[in-house]
Amino acid sequence: MPSKSSDNLPKAPLGLTLAALGTLLFLHVPMWIIFLYTLTPDETTYTFPLPGFTTKWFGVALQRADLWRSLTLSMQVAAIATLAALILGTLAAAAVYRSNFFGRESISFLLVLPIALPGIVTGIALRTAIGGLDIPFSFWTIVIGHATFCVVVVYNNVLARFRRTSGTMIEASMDLGANSFQTFRYVVLPNIATALLAGGMLAFALSFDEVIVTTFTAGQQTTLPIWIFGQLSRPRDRPVTNVVATIVILITFLPIFFAQKISAEASDTEGETK
Amino acid sequence: MLNRISTFFYRRPGLVLALFLTPPLLYMVVVYLGSLFSLLINSFFSIDDFTGMVIREFTLKTYAQIFNPANREIFMRTGSMAFFVTVVDALIAFPLAYYIAKFSSRRLKTWLLIAVTIPLWSSYLVRVYAWKLILAKEGILSWFINLLHLNGPLDWLLSLPGIGGSSLSLSPIGMFIVFVYIWLPYMIIPIQTALERVPGSLLEASSDLGAKPYQTFRTVILPLAFPGVVAGSIFTFSLTLGDFIVPLTLGNSKFFIGQAVYSYQGTGGNIPLAAAMTMGPVVIMVVYLLIARKLGAFDAL
Repeated sequence: MPSKSSDNLPKAPLGLTLAALGTLLFLHVPMWIIFLYTLTPDETTYTFPLPGFTTKWFGVALQRADLWRSLTLSMQVAAIATLAALILGTLAAAAVYRSNFFGRESISFLLVLPIALPGIVTGIALRTAIGGLDIPFSFWTIVIGHATFCVVVVYNNVLARFRRTSGTMIEASMDLGANSFQTFRYVVLPNIATALLAGGMLAFALSFDEVIVTTFTAGQQTTLPIWIFGQLSRPRDRPVTNVVATIVILITFLPIFFAQKISAEASDTEGETK
Repeated sequence: MLNRISTFFYRRPGLVLALFLTPPLLYMVVVYLGSLFSLLINSFFSIDDFTGMVIREFTLKTYAQIFNPANREIFMRTGSMAFFVTVVDALIAFPLAYYIAKFSSRRLKTWLLIAVTIPLWSSYLVRVYAWKLILAKEGILSWFINLLHLNGPLDWLLSLPGIGGSSLSLSPIGMFIVFVYIWLPYMIIPIQTALERVPGSLLEASSDLGAKPYQTFRTVILPLAFPGVVAGSIFTFSLTLGDFIVPLTLGNSKFFIGQAVYSYQGTGGNIPLAAAMTMGPVVIMVVYLLIARKLGAFDAL
């Protein structure tokens, strides 16, 4: 690892530093404000300064059966969509990495399409297709929708890792008498393990909060984001919504944080995070 | 046994490739492209005005409908919102991207990038919700504006036709702020990536040749960062174009594309019109992507 030599940096002008700091605060402070509002005793408005402090809303939220159902549903959807993305994304990355075939470039394009096009396109496209085939909207139609845009996250992470892994290691393993399965188990898998973990965690976070595609592919199911969306347009339980929003931030924060940390350490170079 | 299977596959790399590729391709082509195709087909259907049933016959009637004045206005409104959001995001993103790329140590850089990507990945819905609290009439921003005695200018801003409203949380100005906030990380990362590729020696050469810092910035850094700005604008533009959550939460009765699609297919039950309306953003984005590729934006992604 190179030492401090690359850190021979010019000093940033004060104005630039302040502007950069301001942007960082703009990105983060709004989320802290939600945390603050979980403590408000005020049920009907968003009055600031808060008229007092209470922690009772956490207890109230925990008692709500509808929230628990939504939370469980979102967890299940995210888990299965992530599993599907891990399998499909890794297979696609392995194929693109190991061979040169006709249409190879189009694979990346096809996989990135669900996140490059506005979410509403994916949502309504799936709705017309599922509706046109008379398939009832259910848990599984939500999972199918989520998997389309989760695959690319795993694919990008795993492909980036394959490209940094030397192909000679695989050849060495085969030369030393390991069969393909052993090579996969003892050489390839340990190498891509953290990339799978990072990709999987991001896919989970992405699916867990998704709302646009879900509004089109869900039937009567209320995922946690759909529950929050209902509260956004027609606020009925403001204090409970504050608690739920806080819980969602906390549930997604850890996987995102560790996924970014893993990618940063693996590349240990600047640039590309997504 | 396993060895025999292993050898069997080793000798047939084509077969292995096919085994690897089939599941993801099958999924993406059948489910995703298939759905897009069904969307396209539906946009050529129409709806029976009396029964409300979809008539499955080829017609351009539905497309004609999206060019009526009301829908044209929706396209204009959404397009200009996407444009202004993109411009302002680029202006706000640049200083931070520049700072990360050129003025931070390796350690600081890792942390700053994490600080930018956490909002990018974290719950979009919760981030919108945060602004519902902030922009509320009785909320923190009003309190702050009151503290600075700026109520007059705010009321004046809200009284402007077209962009004003009863309060910040129910006006196009509010929507604009939220869009800028929500998509900002998507602009920072590509600009930072582009700036990262500008070699330090180039900047030294520029100043050795007598350019003032401002000249170096204008004639060297800015042109080289431009592909990054274009790459970022793909996201900010596309995401604003298709969003319906922000207009539903903070907008008024004036529709945006996403909102129109949402209500046509939902309460309206008019899938063909919703499908035709969605083709708008698709066409705009395809054209946009083609132009962006010409400008070298894909290298900055």
